[in-house]
Order: sequence, then structure tokens, then C-alpha cells
Amino acid sequence: MSNQNTNGNGGATPRSLIVKDVFKEYVPGTPVLKGISFEVTGRSTVAIIGPSGTGKSTLLRCINRLIEPTGGAIHVAGQDITQLSGKDLRHARHYIGMVFQEFNLVERLSVIENVLCGRLGFTPVWRAWLRKYPQTDIDRAFELIEKVGLGEFITARADSLSGGQRQRVGIARAVMQNPDILMADEPTSSLDPKTSVEIMELLNEFSAVHDIPLLINIHDVKLAQRFADRIIGMSDGRIVFDGTPDELQDSHLKEIYGGEDWML
Amino acid sequence: MTKKYEWERFTPAQRLARFTIYLAVVIALVMSIRTVEVIPEFLYDAPEQMVDLFTRMWPIDTGHYAEGVHAALIETLNIASLGTVLALVMAFPVGLMAASNITKIPALNWFAKLILVSSRSVNSLVWAILFVAIFGPGALAGTVAIGFRSIGFCGKLLAEALEECDPGPIEALKAAGAPWPSIIIKGYWPQVAPAFWGITLFRWDINVRESSVIGLVGAGGIGVALDTSLNLFNWDQVALILLCIFTIVIVAEIFVTKVREHII
Repeated sequence: MSNQNTNGNGGATPRSLIVKDVFKEYVPGTPVLKGISFEVTGRSTVAIIGPSGTGKSTLLRCINRLIEPTGGAIHVAGQDITQLSGKDLRHARHYIGMVFQEFNLVERLSVIENVLCGRLGFTPVWRAWLRKYPQTDIDRAFELIEKVGLGEFITARADSLSGGQRQRVGIARAVMQNPDILMADEPTSSLDPKTSVEIMELLNEFSAVHDIPLLINIHDVKLAQRFADRIIGMSDGRIVFDGTPDELQDSHLKEIYGGEDWML
Repeated sequence: MTKKYEWERFTPAQRLARFTIYLAVVIALVMSIRTVEVIPEFLYDAPEQMVDLFTRMWPIDTGHYAEGVHAALIETLNIASLGTVLALVMAFPVGLMAASNITKIPALNWFAKLILVSSRSVNSLVWAILFVAIFGPGALAGTVAIGFRSIGFCGKLLAEALEECDPGPIEALKAAGAPWPSIIIKGYWPQVAPAFWGITLFRWDINVRESSVIGLVGAGGIGVALDTSLNLFNWDQVALILLCIFTIVIVAEIFVTKVREHII
């Protein structure tokens, strides 16, 4: 299950993310991301905060190229993602785990099949079709489902689970990819406060166990401060704050979100 | 000073447009009635003719069933079922090509839609005449005719079901590096499966009815028997065949409803 040697990075800087001058415009002339640069190496939880529509989701999706960046370079584990295409891109994506706001599970498939979907990048099509997954994958899927606390729901259909349970499946699926970095796009915004904390703890735990960077888009500043090692504040397509949670002052929040009436 | 609020559902221009449409419909109706050219003598005569027909149909020639109807009835069901299978095999790739979220090349979408429209624009009877000319009279021509007529229906509904798929799970599978056939199998198929089986049953139900008619032009099935009896003025046999068609359509309807309850 080693992924380092298949990843083609020569072992140079494993488990790192370098984002350099990333620029994105959907409509020419109106950029959403205006030159984003930052670097994360090794185990570290980075929370990206900022108002809605400031390009946080776009940024994450540029990193695994679900959205094409207009300019700039993105290195994941030493490999420039922006230069890849076809099979190389698919394999690179496989090593970037992603957790979604709306969970994005295949509703009519069982929990275990959803988790096994995390291995589709390396599962031959016929095996996926006939559900003849390799035994090593099945073992690992069981292990992960038990680890996220859904041991008794292994064969339950995804649409029979609650929001928190679904997000756990989403996390298990992302970790199933053996990722070099883990990204989460607003993983807690459709969940209640208690479940949100549990999900954040789970994400942090996986990032620690696998020694990989964790990148989280998050609305909830309190939650970000509680769980992140580093906070990146975005406003209007630019990074306006980059520092530890302790360094984040009200003045920074004012700059990120604008106004101050909402702060109590 | 009180402010006066005014609200009306339609603007004067919209009202005028609606009135114009109503007027056009009435004119069209009057024109079409004039085109039908009802011959009064024949119209007044109709009740007498009907009574006459019914007396000739009664008693129903039930003895004719074993020798002339049973085999034809089974053939009709075979034509309907095989025709539906043939249609699905052909409709699946066309449906995939027509769905704009799967095939991102507009030219191919239009090409697929052209296939679907041409299949639907030709009536089953016309398809049957064409294939009787190619394959000669018999069940083969009927099966192929039913198949070709059904491509449009099945393909269009399948393409619509595919286009209505939730893009979330698809995005997640893409992010896991899944190749496109796996995305179809694990992302789209589970979402469209209920619709697919629904379409299949619905079309089979329609095909049972259509395949009892296409025999009139020699494409096999119960229609051939009906045609023979009509030509020989054996009205008691005609009554039997009509009763059989009626029964089989009702049975098919009940069967489809029952199966539907189980799959959805």
C-alpha cells in the first residue's frame, strides 16, 4: 500500500503542498483568485477562512484540478499538478483526498462500496463493475469504516445514514485513497455543533496518523481557531492573513469579512 | 398619505398575446372541422351499422383460439419483449451520447438527438413496412421494427435521467481519480438504475400494444391473425382476437404495475 514510489516524486518533498501565484478567472477580466501563494509541509492543519464567494472552494478545486486554474503552479508531493493530463492527472488526483460539504456519496450504494470508491483510481474497470475488489482494499475499507465508528453500518445504504454518519463515510473514502494531502471543503457546515467537532477531530486524527497536511475551508472561525495549527484568511481572491490561531486578531477578522457589527 | 399598491398578473401586452393565442386555437378548430368533411348520411347510419357489426360478432368464436390465435399471441409477446431488449441495447450508447453532462461535445449531443428524433418520428407501422420489405414478412421484421421505434423513447428518457443526476458524487469519484467507465458504472448507473428499469417496463408495456398492430402489415404476431379474419369477414373471430388483445394488454399492465412497486 505504499504510494510514495508510484507517485513519481523521487522522494524529494513528500507530503507537501506548494501553491504558487494561482490565478483563476471564470469570466475573462473578472478574476476569482488573484495570485494565491502558500506552502504547507508535513503534518499541519491549515484552515482557510473567508466570506462566501471569495474563492475558497475554487482554490481547493484548483489543487486537484476539478477546476482548471488559469495561471500559477501547484505542487503536491513534489509533482506539478498543473502540468498533468489524462492518466497522470487521474493518478495524481488519487493521492489528494477530498471531503465535501454535501458529502457527495453515491446514495444508492452501501457504505463499504462508497469507501471502496476511494480506490477507483487504481481499480480496473471490470473489477469495479463486477464488484470484485482486491482483498487488500476490502480489508482496508473495513478497517477504516470501523475507525470512523460505522462498524455496524458496513452494508447499510448511504441514503439511510444521518448527516454526521455520511460525512464519516466521506472521510473514510478520502483516506482510502492513501492521500499525500487531505482537503475538506466546508466539511461541517451542514452538521450540528457537536457532530462538527467530532468530524474535525476525526480529520485531525487522520492527518496526524498519516503525517499529511490537512487543508480545510471553514466558515466557523471558532472551530478553525480550535483545531487549526495555521489559519489563512482570504478576502476578495487574495490572502490577507496567514498565521497561527493566536495571531488572528479582531482587526484581521475585520479585514477578512469586512465590517465589525457581527463580532461580539 | 397612503401609498397605492397595484398588482396585476399580466401586463396588457401579455393579455393581448394570450387573447391572440385563444383566437388562433378557435380558428384552427373551425378549420379542421371543415376539412374532415362529415357525410351526414353515413353519420346518421352509424348506430344501425354498429348494431349490425355486434350481431355478426356474437357469439364469439372461442373454438378459433387453439388453432389460430394462441401461437400468434405468444409470438406477439415475444416480438414485444425481444424488441424492447434490442431497443435498450441500442438506446444505451445513444442515451449516453445525448446526455450533455456526460458527452461534452455539442456536435455529438446533436447527432444523438437526431437519432432519437428520427426513431420517434417514424410510426411503428411505417418501421414495420420498411422492415417487412427488407426481411420479408414475419416476426423478425416486427421485432426489429419495435426495436427501432423504441430507441427514441428509451434513449430520450435515459438521457434525461442521466442529465438529472446529482453532480456531487460524480465530482467525488473524479477527485478520487476514477477513470470515466468507472464513473459511469459507480457514479451515474446507481443514480439512473430505477429510472432505467421504469423506462424498460413502461416501453415493454407500450410494445405489447404496438406489436399487436404491426401484424396488419405482415410483421408477425396477433395482427396477422386479425388481418386474416377481417379480410374473410369472420367477425366472430375478429371479436375473439380483439378480446385476446384486450386481455393481454390488461395483464401486461397489471404485471408492470406489480414489478414497478418492487423496484422503486
